[in-house]
Amino acid sequence: MADEPLVLGIETSCDETGVGIVRGHTLLADAVASSVDEHARYGGVVPEVASRAHLEAMVPTIQRALKQAGVSARDLDGIAVTAGPGLAGALLVGVSAAKAYAYALGKPLYGVNHLASHICVDQLEHGALPEPTMALLVSGGHSSLLLAPDITSDVRPLGSTIDDAAGEAFDKVARVLGLGFPGGPAVDRLAREGDRAAIAFPRGLTGGRDPLYDFSFSGLKTAVARWVEARRRDGQDVPVADVAASFQEAVVDVLTRKAIRACRDNGVDHLMIGGGVAANSRLRSLAMERCEAAGIRLRVPRPGLCTDNGAMVAALGAEMVARGRAASTLDLPADSSLPVTEVSVPGHTHVHELSAENLYG
Amino acid sequence: MLLLAFDTATPAVTAALHDGERVLAESTVVDARRHGELLVPAVDRVLAAAGRSLDEVTGVVVGVGPGPYTGLRVGLVTAASFGDALDVPVHGVCTLDGLAWAAGEAGLDGPFTVATDARRKEVYWARYDGPTARVTEPAVDRAADLPEDVRALPAVGAGAALYPDAFPDRRPDPAHQSAGALAALAAHRLATGAPFLPPLPLYLRRPDAQVPAGYKAVLPT
Ligand SMILES: [Zn+2]
Repeated sequence: MADEPLVLGIETSCDETGVGIVRGHTLLADAVASSVDEHARYGGVVPEVASRAHLEAMVPTIQRALKQAGVSARDLDGIAVTAGPGLAGALLVGVSAAKAYAYALGKPLYGVNHLASHICVDQLEHGALPEPTMALLVSGGHSSLLLAPDITSDVRPLGSTIDDAAGEAFDKVARVLGLGFPGGPAVDRLAREGDRAAIAFPRGLTGGRDPLYDFSFSGLKTAVARWVEARRRDGQDVPVADVAASFQEAVVDVLTRKAIRACRDNGVDHLMIGGGVAANSRLRSLAMERCEAAGIRLRVPRPGLCTDNGAMVAALGAEMVARGRAASTLDLPADSSLPVTEVSVPGHTHVHELSAENLYG
Repeated sequence: MLLLAFDTATPAVTAALHDGERVLAESTVVDARRHGELLVPAVDRVLAAAGRSLDEVTGVVVGVGPGPYTGLRVGLVTAASFGDALDVPVHGVCTLDGLAWAAGEAGLDGPFTVATDARRKEVYWARYDGPTARVTEPAVDRAADLPEDVRALPAVGAGAALYPDAFPDRRPDPAHQSAGALAALAAHRLATGAPFLPPLPLYLRRPDAQVPAGYKAVLPT
């Protein structure tokens, strides 16, 4: 429908320069430039390398998205950008670009939360989000259970990791097994050939007195490293596929168990899973199995929309416009530790300090 | 002609409008930690002060550094975005050249050195024969390690002020980068057909390959 908001979204919180364009719940373009190859030799994302790559890729990626969508920047109803959380220098490139386009084109600017965007992207895949929405976000940067009564204004953290993010544990175990970076896809691939019941790795924070919705993957990672090292020390072969499958099972077992518990406790009958680890095939299949058994409807966007991208930011921006939420001011800061409870950043100067007349002389 | 100039390569967040003859308006705020927050509001302020609109701008002039990275990128990505959104050319100018032009306006016309703060006990610097005649490529070094003949010259910029022992003949003006000076230099270059730099950052250092804890980090070997 032509009267749905047309919004461009910019995402630069980590190593992907993402620009998406949506009209309401319809995805029109999703352009991504990734610097992941430049980070591989360091075994992790190097902030300065990521920021340099964002600067180079920013305008060409915006141009590519507009071309892909077949729309003119003048037709946009708003420009949304990840204001946080993420790497400070990386965020700043996207925020600065968003401001410049918003100001030059005379469009409202929406600084939005990266985590809320991960949830909202599912509107592009499965239509309007139920209210409230239960979301499990799992990636290299985050592992959170979130309850969102209103994705544009009310997102409540139920639990999160107390140490490593789930994706981080995948990367670390991949390194122990010599599988390279990023580790998630490599472990997933190898695990398909392994026995997930071969080794009983620990399930963190699942004891009777442990926090219900928090996660811990640090102990698991160490247990895997110790197990592998002990084998090597004894001169035995390491059954890498079994290790990968058993490790992966320990992660997805805890994730899905806690997510379903959260749905039950809060009377929510559906679950959305997002973030890069949502691309994991075993997480998807186990979540499906357990949701079906519990009578919960599962919503998982396609893998390309689960990893960091601009479309998710545009999706939340479009929802902000549709619901008439306040835009951000042009002094919007990039906030590397923006709490998830701040779905958007309305800004701290008053609109009247900026004159509108000089935009349209 | 209406040039919109800005520079975020130094602690100053500075923006100016220039009509080819003179600076119409300038805003300079020194706040090394808030380049991203202050730049677009500064652009808005100079347009308002000059009573001009953004769609009258015929070209964007941006300081390309050298400068500490995070702030430097704010100006460059803003310039590239304005250039694309407004469909006008973006002219890159070495930040040190802007300071050299301002030094000329302050009365220096013989050989001199421009040095800015590069942090980590180093300076970004270049040697000039005059306000529009840079004779060395911009470089980054410890002030005390600069060639003796360079250090002996009159010196301007925060780098000179920071290391008085290394620069015995330091001059107080200009203390900070000025987008007005940068715009005036750009207008001069446009009038004389002198070339610009591409609007790409002069980092002069390789990135620190530091992977922070908690971000897709992996076990140490
Ligand atoms: Zn993410």
